[in-house]
Amino acid sequence: MSLAAVLQHVQVLETSGLVRSRKLGRTRTCSLNAGSLRSAERWISERRTFVERRLDRLGEYLADTAGQPGSGHTGPAAPHAPARNQEDGP
Amino acid sequence: MTERSVLHDTFVIERAYPASPSRVFAAFASREAKDAWGDTGDIAEADPSTGPAEFDFRVGGHERFGNVYQGVSYTYDALYYDIVPGQRLVYSYEMYADGVRFSVSLATIEFVETDDGTTLTWTEQGAYLDGVDGPDAPRLRQGGTGEMLDGLAKYLA
Repeated sequence: MSLAAVLQHVQVLETSGLVRSRKLGRTRTCSLNAGSLRSAERWISERRTFVERRLDRLGEYLADTAGQPGSGHTGPAAPHAPARNQEDGP
Repeated sequence: MTERSVLHDTFVIERAYPASPSRVFAAFASREAKDAWGDTGDIAEADPSTGPAEFDFRVGGHERFGNVYQGVSYTYDALYYDIVPGQRLVYSYEMYADGVRFSVSLATIEFVETDDGTTLTWTEQGAYLDGVDGPDAPRLRQGGTGEMLDGLAKYLA
């Protein structure tokens, strides 16, 4: 790997806020900004969790509306509908 | 001054539903159906100040709504690019917190018929803007005034 390529990688990491670098004389020191990494991971995982929760609710909605007129529901899927509403109450 | 940064991420979520692709697709295709399962009423209240909610389900149409969560006003603005009934949806969406854009995402939702019903695959590619490491980060992520002031204090220190 060339020095230029290494510097390019460092620049990308710095732009993302994940890495900080300092130049002292001829030496460049890089450090991982662990706090940023953690918060970035958490932020993105929250978005993913949000979509997962919505898709859970979509499953409940599809189960609740199964067999309704105009639902376009066709036979074989019905037995697989989760029977969870009784326990989850109220 | 806001520290600028962009973080890219892609996540993929797959779900199997015991329902036909046309039924699963229909759950995304009308405001009535989408409100029945997709609203965030359990964590947030609608915010009329962000403008009227809009649901224009056609290529080139927008879906917009706003809500308030822990004192921060969030706005969602989506644009539909591709709609193939029973098969596929592609849209982009922006998210704002108190008027500050903090993410731009591309979502692709695919519906594939299986013996048991439908497999739904949700692929979301996002650019998460600033805030990740900046003084606004805690406010944007958590919406807490206390955290915002903490961030401001650290920024000014």
